[in-house]
Amino acid sequence: MKTAKAIRVILTVAVVIVFLVLLWEGYKWMGQKTDDHWPGTNFGLPIATNDTIMPHFVDVITELNADIRDGRSTMPMYAFLLKKAWFTFQEAAIGFILGLTIGMSLAILMSRWKVSERGLLPWINVSQTIPLIALAPVVVTWGRNQGLSDLISISLISTYLTFFPVAVSGLRGLQSPDSAHVELMHSYAASWRTTLFKLRLPAARPFLFPALKLAGSLSIVGAIVGEISIGRKTGLGRAILEYALRYAIFPERLYASVIGAAFLGLLVFGMINLAERYFMRRTREVAS
Amino acid sequence: MNEKSAISINSVDKVFNEAREDEVIALSNIDLDIKEGEFVSLIGPSGCGKSTLLRLIGDLLEPTKGSVEVFGKSAHQARVDQDYGMVFQHAGLFDWRRVSANIELPLELHGWSKADRSTRSQEMLDLVKLPDFGSYYPRQLSGGMQQRVSIARALSFKPKLLLMDEPFGALDEMTREHMQIELLRIWEETGTTVVFVTHSIPESAFLSNRVVVLSPRPGQVHSVIDVDLGKRSESTRQDSNFFAAATEIREALRAVEEQE
Repeated sequence: MKTAKAIRVILTVAVVIVFLVLLWEGYKWMGQKTDDHWPGTNFGLPIATNDTIMPHFVDVITELNADIRDGRSTMPMYAFLLKKAWFTFQEAAIGFILGLTIGMSLAILMSRWKVSERGLLPWINVSQTIPLIALAPVVVTWGRNQGLSDLISISLISTYLTFFPVAVSGLRGLQSPDSAHVELMHSYAASWRTTLFKLRLPAARPFLFPALKLAGSLSIVGAIVGEISIGRKTGLGRAILEYALRYAIFPERLYASVIGAAFLGLLVFGMINLAERYFMRRTREVAS
Repeated sequence: MNEKSAISINSVDKVFNEAREDEVIALSNIDLDIKEGEFVSLIGPSGCGKSTLLRLIGDLLEPTKGSVEVFGKSAHQARVDQDYGMVFQHAGLFDWRRVSANIELPLELHGWSKADRSTRSQEMLDLVKLPDFGSYYPRQLSGGMQQRVSIARALSFKPKLLLMDEPFGALDEMTREHMQIELLRIWEETGTTVVFVTHSIPESAFLSNRVVVLSPRPGQVHSVIDVDLGKRSESTRQDSNFFAAATEIREALRAVEEQE
């Protein structure tokens, strides 16, 4: 049963990738035939199909093996991207863990006292209306003043994005037990703490994990945006920025680094999925 | 049944949202005594405060005026001492716990050892006639079975009092009648005092020693009807005494409606 499901998932992913590649190459082939026009019309295509704007998929993949200079050493592109992704992953991971901690703490605080929900929730919502790009330099300047490394500053920017879904969904989850459950715990003269651990936190899981998946993706977005906006010398964001500037010469490399970022996102998503399977194994058994 | 008092309610008022525009007088001047080992039903039209009264006994709500004593102490102390178990209309089991772990929840909170807990939960599963379902998850059971687990959970720490808030209200008629027989058997085996909220006339007549009829807005005790059917069985449902008791309750409820 389990292997059959795994094979199905892998097949689905493979089919989607093949479909996207065919769409890309098909569009490019058509554009080359019609000189970037819709077939039989004078309407131009929205995206030009030459090798600079849309390199062949094969070329992007081949480029992953091309030699790249990183400082004084030379290495294949995929190794270079892995190395850069490792930095970004660290920033995102610290950001995610901080965001989870702060988000859950806020959720618990808000579920404990109605007053704190009324006082905090509007501010939590407002916090996300500040553009990340505007905030990043402030965080970095402040961080450098405090003697924090850029790694931590970028993590804080990532935290700023991740804590939000955790706090909001965490609060909903903690408030999800119905009154009979709460009265039951009350009838056992259970303390607030006991009720939190035996009832509210377990009940919050189905609300929390979708939010964590979102937070995982956001943690990488935050890390990449953070790298770009503060000019850290390393990381995937830096790589993407540099290849965007040198797009005319090496278009394949920009695409390759974007694929690298996408893979990092998938990796984080997969890790959170595994955690969800572990923490919700009991509930899953019943559902199937 | 002995003559010791289990619950003593003295001139209790319960007002929600006191001194506000949406003030509701839920209960007014309630006096009620329930003896140990008694099975007492609270019945009345919706809004008569029968669930509120049950929650006052369980110290899930506090009276605005008057006092509630349970086993000679304050309702609060009785809750802290875990003198009662509670069963709600919806079983209220925790989905993520196996049936046995659900029954063991109160024991866990009271710091029982794992071995003692599992011995007791098996005893309780036998009592509610679900001996082989300990390792199931609640959602794998029918509504009636879930409600039995919920009764097992309420009785697991052997409380002297069982508070039941329309426990069979969500069950179909056949399951419901079956559960009533089961509840009476458990009541006889354990000697527990039961306070049972219902809006079913036959149910209250079939189960109780006494039926307390409440009238709404504000909730007041309209009348208390003694029911003596001896030892009940399925054939009791065809018994003329049973019909007489049901009729008496029905007439009291009609009188309550006409009052309005």
